[in-house]
Amino acid sequence: MRVFWWLLLLMPGLLYGQEQPLVFRGARLYPISQPPIDRGVLVVQHGKIVAVGKEGEVAIPEAATIYDVEGKVIMPGLVDTHSHIGRVEGGDRSAPLHPAVRTLDAIDVRHSSVQRARAGGITTVNVMSGSGHLLSGQTVYLKLRKGNTIEDLLYCKDPLKEICGGLKMANGTNPQGDPPFPGTRAKAAALVRQQFLKALAYRRKIEQAKGDPEKMPARDLDMEALLEVLDGRRVVHFHTHRHDDILTVLRLKREFGFRVVLHHVSEAWKVADEIAAAGVPCSIIILDAPGGKLEAVDLRMENGAALEKAGVDVAIHTDDLITDSRWFLRAAALAVRAGMSPEKALEALTLAGARMLDLADRIGSLEPGKDADFIILSGDPLSVYTHVEQTWVEGQKVFDRADPENRKYAVGGIGVFDDGDVFVHEGH
Amino acid sequence: MAMFLSTKDIETMESKMKVWSLLLALCLLASSVQAQLAVRADTLYTMNGAPIQNGVVLIRNGKIEQVGPAEAVRIPEGYRVLEASVVTPGLIDAHSVVGLAGILNYAHDQDQLDTSDPIQPELRAIDAYNARERLVAWVRRFGVTTLHTGHGPGAVISGQTMLVKTHGETVEEALIDSVATVAATLGPMVRRYFRSPGTRAKAVAMLRAALLKAQAYRRKLQAEDPTRRPDPDLKMETLVRVLDGEIPLMITAQRVPEIMAALRLQREFGFRLILDGAAEAYLVLDAIKAAGVPVILHPTMVRPRGETVNATLETAARLHAAGIPFAFQSGFESYVPKTRVVLFEAAMAVANGLPRVAALEALTIQAARILGIDDRVGSLAPGKDADLVLFDGDPFEYTTRVCGVIIDGEPVQQTCH
Repeated sequence: MRVFWWLLLLMPGLLYGQEQPLVFRGARLYPISQPPIDRGVLVVQHGKIVAVGKEGEVAIPEAATIYDVEGKVIMPGLVDTHSHIGRVEGGDRSAPLHPAVRTLDAIDVRHSSVQRARAGGITTVNVMSGSGHLLSGQTVYLKLRKGNTIEDLLYCKDPLKEICGGLKMANGTNPQGDPPFPGTRAKAAALVRQQFLKALAYRRKIEQAKGDPEKMPARDLDMEALLEVLDGRRVVHFHTHRHDDILTVLRLKREFGFRVVLHHVSEAWKVADEIAAAGVPCSIIILDAPGGKLEAVDLRMENGAALEKAGVDVAIHTDDLITDSRWFLRAAALAVRAGMSPEKALEALTLAGARMLDLADRIGSLEPGKDADFIILSGDPLSVYTHVEQTWVEGQKVFDRADPENRKYAVGGIGVFDDGDVFVHEGH
Repeated sequence: MAMFLSTKDIETMESKMKVWSLLLALCLLASSVQAQLAVRADTLYTMNGAPIQNGVVLIRNGKIEQVGPAEAVRIPEGYRVLEASVVTPGLIDAHSVVGLAGILNYAHDQDQLDTSDPIQPELRAIDAYNARERLVAWVRRFGVTTLHTGHGPGAVISGQTMLVKTHGETVEEALIDSVATVAATLGPMVRRYFRSPGTRAKAVAMLRAALLKAQAYRRKLQAEDPTRRPDPDLKMETLVRVLDGEIPLMITAQRVPEIMAALRLQREFGFRLILDGAAEAYLVLDAIKAAGVPVILHPTMVRPRGETVNATLETAARLHAAGIPFAFQSGFESYVPKTRVVLFEAAMAVANGLPRVAALEALTIQAARILGIDDRVGSLAPGKDADLVLFDGDPFEYTTRVCGVIIDGEPVQQTCH
């Protein structure tokens, strides 16, 4: 009887802590941090990767659950640096800049779009608000664990104490509008600079207070978020398309010294050397056709290849639902079609994105000690015929194509995605 | 093979391409009377019988002269020879708005829908087609040689559609058929653009009323006394041609109530119906099959929202299994991408259960049959237009590139994309 109760107490640990090691044997592994391994072995325990290597060279732990995955491909869980899943919202139309607004206060993690992302093999997402503002709010980095609340999916442990994402900014035509929104590009830059100058003044007041609570400025949520940016603790994710808008971002970065990732960057191929010289990474989008707005008519599928050649760190994103999370792998394949190397294209879906989210110590490659986030594919990651068969997060399976209840999120059907409309339109 | 392109590389390439196209144009000019071409393929999909390994197509004066295995087809002296891993007939985008809808989402560049009246069958596509639109060249670089384009979805009757080749500087040069279908739409989409119809049922009632009026107009046209015949009416004249079965009515109907309403209208008025969109077709396959109606299926990768919220990646496979003729379309995007690419949409369908040959058929000969142009395009057979696509591998694979497009015997593209 006593033993029975002990077992019951252990059950949650078995389920969630994943005490028993899992061994995936026989697949072709794409660790990303090193060349592919044919007939590899991946060992996972306690939500972490324990070992990665060739069959015969990796010790198989005792009492391990063994999965024979011969003929399959295993690669790290995909990292989407720019997505709008979970019906995310940011700032409203009252102002063009909303540094205090947190997207984590407005995301529905039970929405079908989140399951759609898991079906696409995505395990980490930077969920952002839109580009209809110069600064639409704080983004949030989510790990797509199975969970009921946003807290279950956060990377940070406590949103009251930690930074849980980046900051979404935008230039070009999307944030333009009637006052208080900027009517021109120069006005947009001036509004942003004014805001950062204000944050610098706020910082001076804090420094002058020298810890004396009496002399401290009143807490200002907008200023606090901008200070995190100025201190290099929060990364700016900057939506930008036209080459001159890209250069404006680089100019702002030089002036204020913040850390920035350029997003979309349609005309990056025109200023690839300048981007490389600034040492700024790019998260690009691959679309089936250019255009829509004037600033995106020169978008090219060759963008990834041009940036790779210039030596820029390149990630690819979905901008879901601009492109669908379910075919995130396809975006990398199209980049390869247009000249990017397969190695860099796969890195652009994983490790490069992890670097841009400051998460490369935890995710993005199959390496011992990293989180056990990986996907099992039916074949070559860059082939149209390949399906994501399983998605694993921290050693737990969160998507299984063999299960009809999961499969429907990959192929669609009656009522599957009919749980509220998703974010599509940028700007206004 | 990987190309690492910098700005300068791209610019150099572009200038080289310009030189090349200039040279090509000069050559073609010089030899336009006797444009002779031989295309050899490791795998030749003629869509007129089984694929031919090591096949050859001879082209003379814009038409296909001969097709067969290399050992049986002698390439005559003076024929320029092009080679590729895989060759197919030119692809057909069975429903697009490209050329009326431009690359920009601004009103001045979007001519696929006039919202002054919900029923305007008299609007001609040829009066609004920009043959030099960048999106035409965009779809051509991925193998599309024939476009069914024109007035878009969004009105009860938005206007006419037409068939063009994706070359030519003017609509006249591009034209295959100036009136291919009359485009109608059922469902909530119409409410976005018009105060009335404000409901689905009202839209059907309005369409019925218009067709009844056209029946009356047709009766009056037959009056023996010429003075009793009605004054010419563009709207009515077009609808009479629909009633006479001369022009099909293409009804965009995504959800089941709309699909069934379209079939009901067809039974009532007996016009030739093409179902367009048909996102929920998989729920009513038997009814569509029984009606003998072809389907121009929504883009496989359509966003699962609004009227296509219940779309599946497997609908093409299910239409095929049910024996319902269908074709692929790029459709209409109000935002981005400004056009989709049928090659990519078909590839996604193949990855989700559609047999490869069925997908190639839907992109070529089946689309040609649905649009009534299979005497000219859709397969590689002697006498047909010499429209070919050259691939450097499996056409559907993401990383395979289109390395040549030939339209009416002219190599219009010789770079890889």
